[in-house]
Amino acid sequence: MSVQVSPIDEVKTTPWSGGRSPFNVEYGKMMMWFFLLSDAFTFSSLLIAYGALRFSSSSWPAPDLVFQSVPGLLDSGAPLVFVGLMTFILILSSVTMVLAVEAGHRMAKKEVLWWMVATIIGGFTFLGCQALEWSHLHHEGFWWGSIPNMEELKHLFKGGNEATYGTYAQQFANLFFTITGFHGFHVFSGVIINIIITINVLLGTYQKRGSYLMIEKVGLYWHFVDLVWVFVFTFFYLV
Amino acid sequence: MSSESAEVHHEEHGEGMTRKKILKVFGVLLGITVIEFIIALWLVPAGHIPLHWANPVYIVLTLFKAFYIVAYFMHLKFERIGLALCIIVPILFIIGLILVLTNESHYWVDLRA
Repeated sequence: MSVQVSPIDEVKTTPWSGGRSPFNVEYGKMMMWFFLLSDAFTFSSLLIAYGALRFSSSSWPAPDLVFQSVPGLLDSGAPLVFVGLMTFILILSSVTMVLAVEAGHRMAKKEVLWWMVATIIGGFTFLGCQALEWSHLHHEGFWWGSIPNMEELKHLFKGGNEATYGTYAQQFANLFFTITGFHGFHVFSGVIINIIITINVLLGTYQKRGSYLMIEKVGLYWHFVDLVWVFVFTFFYLV
Repeated sequence: MSSESAEVHHEEHGEGMTRKKILKVFGVLLGITVIEFIIALWLVPAGHIPLHWANPVYIVLTLFKAFYIVAYFMHLKFERIGLALCIIVPILFIIGLILVLTNESHYWVDLRA
């Protein structure tokens, strides 16, 4: 005799009917996503404040005039070349990170290790480039609360009322150092986290655990840092 | 390790990024950046397109790059739709803030003039 199951007693198997995780991701990975979402809000508020101030200004230091040096090689005449190099390095380090994740899926410890090392080198190179960029701008006279003298400022603007140059150059300096500084701090923390994870890979922690899921979690953070740079690059250097 | 997270790992395994796919996404990101440089260093200075046309193009290209990073590198495209929505829907608040402050900054221009 077959048992009749009424519709209400039928076991539901949809993702949201309980008994299993609707997101189907491990707890730590989900929390990393939610942290990144909150971090996205922080960066957005900084970038939107920058946008609002810049949008309401009648002139602004022109990016291709402010950023036209390659530290150590050229003092001027190479707009966007150095920052292009920085962008390339960061995208490249994001690629080596995905390659580490991919190697982790295959449980290839050695490959994970080398791709992680490559990612760390990329991170340090980016930080070094940013330090050069900062020190170059600092030598020109830009810093939190300080700007170059009027004579030099005239070379950094394309038109607009000269009386307002000081105000807008100061807003530019404060926003530039705050936003790239906050991003650089994220890159720095990312490099430290990557180093810790790489040491764990070397010790065989994840091999013993049977999964390289941790690489995916730090990978998410690292890609997020790359993602933020894509926006910083567009809004500070291109627009 | 619980059986659940082992299952999670197993399911992701099938949909992971292959090396070929990774290099393809890298090519797209690099290509978009090169296009941005061509616009910034050649098309705008030579007067082929005005700056106020270039800016929306930069923003659209940047959003394309963001999509490729989030969808493929951060693997969100292959996650459950529930997780993807939890991450993407709150971004609407950011768009709201952009609209509000863009409007507000128009008002500031008039105040300063």
